[in-house]
Amino acid sequence: MTDKVEISLKINGREHRVAVEPRRTLVDVIREDCGQTGTHIGCEHGVCGACTVSIDGEPVRSCLMFAVQAAGRDIRTVEGLANGNDLHPLQKAFMEHHALQCGFCTPGFLMLASSVLEREPNISDEDLLDVLSSNLCRCTGYANIVKAVRAVAAQMRSR
Amino acid sequence: MATEKTTWIGRSVPRLEDPPLVTGRGRFAADINFPGQLHMRVVRSNHAHAKILSIDIAAARAMPGVYAAWTAADIPEVSPIDFREGRIEKLEPYRQPVLAKGRVRYVGEPVAVIFAEDAYAAEDAAEAVTVDVEELPVLLGADEPPGEFEPGRTTEVAVLVQGYGDVDAVFRTASKVVALDLVVGRHSGVPLETRGAIARYDASRDMLELHGAAKVPHRNRESLARMFGRSLASVHLFEWHVGGGFGIRGEIYPEDILVCVAAMRFNRPVKWIEDRQEHLVAANHSRQQRHKVRAAVDAEGRLLALDDTFFHDQGAYVRTHATRVPMMTCGILPGPYRVPAYRATGHVRLTNKTPAATYRSPGRFETTFVRERLMDAIAHELGIDRIELRRRNAVRKEDMPYALPLVVLGDEVEYDSGDYVGLLDKLLAHVGWDKLQADAKRRRDAGEAVGVGLSMFVEKSGLGPTDGTRVTVDTTGAVELVTGGASLGQGFETVMAQICADSLGVDYQRVRVVHGRTDRIEHGIGAHASRATVMTGSATQVAALKVREKALDVAAELMQAPVDKLDIIDGRVVRTDRPSGPSIGLGEIAAGLWPTRKTVGGREPGLSAEGWFHSEHQTYPYGVHIAVVKVDRETGGVTVERYIVGYDIGRAINPMLVEGQIVGGFAQGLGGAILEEFVYDERGQPLSVTFADYLLPTVRETPPVEVVLYEDYRSTRNPLGIKGAGEAGVTGVGGAIASAIDDAIGMPGAVTRLPVTPQRLKALLANGGRRPAT
Repeated sequence: MTDKVEISLKINGREHRVAVEPRRTLVDVIREDCGQTGTHIGCEHGVCGACTVSIDGEPVRSCLMFAVQAAGRDIRTVEGLANGNDLHPLQKAFMEHHALQCGFCTPGFLMLASSVLEREPNISDEDLLDVLSSNLCRCTGYANIVKAVRAVAAQMRSR
Repeated sequence: MATEKTTWIGRSVPRLEDPPLVTGRGRFAADINFPGQLHMRVVRSNHAHAKILSIDIAAARAMPGVYAAWTAADIPEVSPIDFREGRIEKLEPYRQPVLAKGRVRYVGEPVAVIFAEDAYAAEDAAEAVTVDVEELPVLLGADEPPGEFEPGRTTEVAVLVQGYGDVDAVFRTASKVVALDLVVGRHSGVPLETRGAIARYDASRDMLELHGAAKVPHRNRESLARMFGRSLASVHLFEWHVGGGFGIRGEIYPEDILVCVAAMRFNRPVKWIEDRQEHLVAANHSRQQRHKVRAAVDAEGRLLALDDTFFHDQGAYVRTHATRVPMMTCGILPGPYRVPAYRATGHVRLTNKTPAATYRSPGRFETTFVRERLMDAIAHELGIDRIELRRRNAVRKEDMPYALPLVVLGDEVEYDSGDYVGLLDKLLAHVGWDKLQADAKRRRDAGEAVGVGLSMFVEKSGLGPTDGTRVTVDTTGAVELVTGGASLGQGFETVMAQICADSLGVDYQRVRVVHGRTDRIEHGIGAHASRATVMTGSATQVAALKVREKALDVAAELMQAPVDKLDIIDGRVVRTDRPSGPSIGLGEIAAGLWPTRKTVGGREPGLSAEGWFHSEHQTYPYGVHIAVVKVDRETGGVTVERYIVGYDIGRAINPMLVEGQIVGGFAQGLGGAILEEFVYDERGQPLSVTFADYLLPTVRETPPVEVVLYEDYRSTRNPLGIKGAGEAGVTGVGGAIASAIDDAIGMPGAVTRLPVTPQRLKALLANGGRRPAT
């Protein structure tokens, strides 16, 4: 075992002071050390996207990053997506369009889509497909995920 | 107050499951932690077949944070993993030991196990274990001659035969015989959540708990109690959220046994979470079969006999399912067609690969590919239109119920209801079949490789024999429905709540559905074989109707009204003849039935009832898949442009969820048809061990699916007329896409093997449609 390093992680606006081994992945620290288990681990090699979180507004695979690299940065996870009891439009749209079944990939898709829509509210339907093809879902066949995200993108455009 | 009764069955209401899942408050296996838990890491074989000379765990044991390390020698009392159905003497020698003894038989087989204070420490220690072996010859093909499993036993564990009629006589005299050699590739469910098992033992109550259970918690409790020599009451399983099942999750694997044994021995909770690489070599594989099939037909293409010899690649051991998949293969191959004489011979053989078992639509994905390839080949060879050929051979609606002397999941096959040709014709009209074909032809004439294909199938669902539930209304009017079912993401809670709400007369959101907990109900058969809605749903209806009857009985007394003038609307008993008159809430009735209340009278206390539903036979939904594909002749890539599924479900409880099941199933079928395959090199080393080499479909490969649901023929086997929905999306995909690819490249019969990878398709194109040497 290697020596632990003290870092401060800012997750959904709250500071978490933790002592972690430098080799410890961000997703493990978010889940195990900070207790935010909404972020899931599906492959640990950056393919499935279940662990996607937003860091300084960018969607990031938290399994491909060490926690020490995220110190001091603005980390958002699915737990911080809703504003109190007021769900994020994507969360509502996923329920409305039946865009989840087992729900394991859902936090990753929500964080991916919310980061991208925030950055690029006018993203084209075609580019959106490219973005969504970076995460895996094994239950839904994707059609309803695409519908849900497109519906929210359309709402944002019309605002 | 509502005066109209709200109907819940048949409505696409939102799911009750969703709120915690979209807010990150779900609880999956990896999210479960107990104070003082140890983390387990499995050391796996790097060799496909070898004699174990020694295993050195001393260095690992001495590492910081390591609590214990075991090899097979440390757990002599633990038996190999039992079959779910109990003892099957002939197959017992082929069961998987929990840790390898003497030999390893596939890459990924557990040989040792580490317990440590931290998951990272456990993984470090696992790498310090050294295994010294002497390599043995590997056997990788079930279609190769059997080898030796152990002295005196070959790798052919069973030869299964099902059939009827004098097949040989028919073939001797038939004017035409069409024969094919077809291969279905090795792939599997690969849910996005890997497996997990967390055991704890409470010595104060002598209670063993296993968390992370799925699919069949009650059946697994029976197996674990038997294996550990414990009473059922001292073993409980808990299903939390489950990140997809698809047949593979929720079976008992070596890791489940190991965490339980360790928790009991160490008196500390033990947690194991699988990583993805482990998952791809350790969890059940499926599907791999080679079929040598032939049909005897008359001049008009009518089937006279079907004879199939197939080789089922079982992998290294026979796991909990025993021979369920090959047995199902034998029983369901004839599908929707009339086959006067039939014989299927299944050679179940072990290979030095990950053990295989069920994956969503087991036996049906494989046989639908085989049967529909055969129907296309017959049509081509006799010059008959492929639709017309299917019409001529389909079981007719006047033949229903249609019994065959075949067995599927221990059940005699009897198709309950349906009109196969009727559905085919309706769907063809719906999609504009002639235009679809004409458009494809026009594009082919212009140089594109575009084709249309279809497959027809009979599904099976609603595996019995029985299910029980308990419905209780509490004094607040809230309803609890306790089931022996399981939820793997399919929307079980919502569907059960809808049936319960509809039968009882409450809002479905008032119904809390309990599943996957052996401490809440004694019996359960779980969620598999598309059984939950049919069996658990029917039992729910029975229980809810009993509660309704009891509530009305009490209300009649309290309201001094005749029972036949009462109804339950939105949780309140009202008089149908005086809708604006007084009413009484179900909560008040429950209070009136509190054990100490006089109003109980001579009744059993509590507004509660158990309901049981028994079924002699499964129910058989059916459908047709249609695919339009485009082939890139340069790359060998296949793009599915359009996909249509027509399916008669009998009765859809929640059409949105049924559609979700079918669309999601299609994506998995698509994976098995063109992308997903567990590949091995000649030494038995698995080459598909990451998501970079085992390719799940992404949104880019998965087209939208048009689902055309029919409710024309209700099941005759349950009062609600339900047939299952879980697997129909997968079943026909291999067959339909193969047929469409043939059409696209203008080479009838070209596709003989799934998945149709770009390499294989390019080889086919280069060979002018002849099967390349493999």
